[in-house]
Amino acid sequence: MLSALLVMAGIAIVLGAVLGFSAVKFRVEGNPLVDKIDAILPQTQCGQCGYPGCRPYAEAIAAGEADINRCPPGGEEGIRKLADLLGVEFKPFGGGTVLKPKSVAFIDENLCIGCTLCFQACPVDAIAGAAKQMHTIIASECTGCELCVAPCPVDCISMVPITEKITTWKWKYPVYTLAQAK
Amino acid sequence: MRTLYQFNGGIHPPENKEPSTQSGIARAPLPSKLVIPFRQHAGAAAKPIVRAGDRVLKGQLIGMPDGFISSAVHASTSGTIAAIGAQPIAHPSGLPDLCATLIPDGREEWIAHAAPSTSLRTEFDYRNSDPAELRQQLRMSGVVGLGGAVFPGDIKLRPGNRKIDTLILNGAECEPYITCDDMLMRERAAEIVQGAEMLRFMLDAGEVLIGIEDNKPQAIAAMRQAVTESGLPFEVVVVPTIYPGGSAKQLIRVLTGLEVPSGKLPTDIGVQCFNVATAYSAYRALAHGEPVLSRIITITGNVRRAQNFEVLLGTPVRDLAALGEALPDTDRYLMGGPMMGLPLASTDIPLVKASNCIIAASDKLFPPAPPALPCIRCMRCAEACPADLQPMDLFWFSQSKEFDKAQQFSLFDCIECGACSYVCPSHIPLVQYFQFAKSEIRAREQDQQAADHARERHEFREYRFEREKQEKAEKLAAREQAAKQAQPAVPSMNPADAMQQKIQAAIARAREQAAASKPKNTENLTAQQQAEIAEIEARRAHIHELAKSAGEHKKE
Repeated sequence: MLSALLVMAGIAIVLGAVLGFSAVKFRVEGNPLVDKIDAILPQTQCGQCGYPGCRPYAEAIAAGEADINRCPPGGEEGIRKLADLLGVEFKPFGGGTVLKPKSVAFIDENLCIGCTLCFQACPVDAIAGAAKQMHTIIASECTGCELCVAPCPVDCISMVPITEKITTWKWKYPVYTLAQAK
Repeated sequence: MRTLYQFNGGIHPPENKEPSTQSGIARAPLPSKLVIPFRQHAGAAAKPIVRAGDRVLKGQLIGMPDGFISSAVHASTSGTIAAIGAQPIAHPSGLPDLCATLIPDGREEWIAHAAPSTSLRTEFDYRNSDPAELRQQLRMSGVVGLGGAVFPGDIKLRPGNRKIDTLILNGAECEPYITCDDMLMRERAAEIVQGAEMLRFMLDAGEVLIGIEDNKPQAIAAMRQAVTESGLPFEVVVVPTIYPGGSAKQLIRVLTGLEVPSGKLPTDIGVQCFNVATAYSAYRALAHGEPVLSRIITITGNVRRAQNFEVLLGTPVRDLAALGEALPDTDRYLMGGPMMGLPLASTDIPLVKASNCIIAASDKLFPPAPPALPCIRCMRCAEACPADLQPMDLFWFSQSKEFDKAQQFSLFDCIECGACSYVCPSHIPLVQYFQFAKSEIRAREQDQQAADHARERHEFREYRFEREKQEKAEKLAAREQAAKQAQPAVPSMNPADAMQQKIQAAIARAREQAAASKPKNTENLTAQQQAEIAEIEARRAHIHELAKSAGEHKKE
């Protein structure tokens, strides 16, 4: 009787110690769901979802405060992935959403007055320049978020859609006619 | 007799190789215009180093390799560069790419190079050279895989982490209609063998196997004779004719019994494979110093005179079609074979290093495929697949855009040979689905990388703002601290005195700085220069004096 109690107590102590140790050692910082959602979002940091950047939007989705259909740059593909991850139904974009082709910002260097407002707005530091110096977009870093367009006092920034090149060309989905049943 | 192995499946389409092997390789006449693309190889396009209006010599470098995987591009003949700009090229997209337009002057004036002779140069001693230098020479000569993949040769010759046991020379040429490698082996076997020895030396490979399909008896005999004459311990191995037995992985399997693991390279299992035409061009580049300016191309199909021509790179397809005398009912042209070839949008498209064959096509020769029927999962595609895949499943996943699953089913091991489409009783264009799925997956990977990169930059920006804020706060705190410490030291002084003291201190500091900083250009002067300076100083003092006295006069 006593030995049985001792064995049970011993097991309880050992398991308790293991659980306590792993709770400290393998502690997960933050919400892992937020990271997973953030990995799906396109990281344009454009704020079209109504949140200041992709991560705040991911946090809002994880907390159940935001819908999954508020990210136009991610496209329907992105909504589908979020729906898969969260186990909810696919939801189309709302009526007001305009899907635009992927583009990069372009600064007309003849008009630029070097006010630095655009590169203060750029979320990914994709604009090079200095006060009273001409600014330019580092095209390879630009995510096409359009945040630099509004602050420009001389309207010298335009969005240029990315044209298809041989290096970025994709095979199209094969379309062919099926034979009609007789 | 060597034991040969088999790969799964394969097909036996009608060969149609006889018409173009009736006469030898002819040299195509100089065209009136050449369009030379700067992207004739896998990897990054070469960077143009000539401008419109420049006169170039035959063999002159016009495109510099740009990046690790890249290769050089040369002027195929002497003449004038008329333009550098986007022109239509042979690509499934039909999009134009950067090309140089060269108007030949007809003089065929060469750059200075080792030996333009056509005789075999065996005395050339590459064995004392550093393989790295030879690789660089191949890179600058534009030597790329001429079997069709056009992968830069110098990259394939780099030493890896494993010793190369077997070097395979690919002379299988399994695709119907194409006979360019066959004719090259018949006529220039000695050069191929010399080139193979150079490749073997650079790779430090063990044995060399030359694999040729048994439907080319003349090429086999010529290569055997060339190997015997050279005295090199190479072995010409006759392999059974089956499509796609000339694909690198499949030929490696047949000759060695080894299978290249999924996602790995042949070098990982100690094998490297080169096309016979690549060995030939490597020999020309190293022994004769000739860059790749031309290649052997078969013109066949719906033509009166099917033959192989040695064609300058950049020659429009139209010129070659004219040489073959295409029949009037020809309505389109294919670049490559009927299985993997690419339909051409126009005959202005230039012939490049990847072009091994031009097939004039008509509906009589290649009747259009009957309308497709639904997949009935008959498994014939899986029986025919030389890569041991299950095309019916890959088709299902590609069609429904379930790319993760397609990847799980080893979509990227597909060599796009078209055997599955060929045997499909429902005539489904399976390969098109696989090409679509592959390029979609690649694009998504790129998008994901771009997103990760943007996230990193955004997070760094946030971190930078945070750091700047913190630094500012720290500075402010330090200043306040200093002010607190300074105050109790001089408590009695009134504000005006304190201000005066500060001003005096600042003036003193400024003087000290002015004294400390001397103009740098007065060091190490010659006596004459010092005298000049002294003279100028004297003059300046004099003017000062004059000015002073003038000022005093005015006051008076």
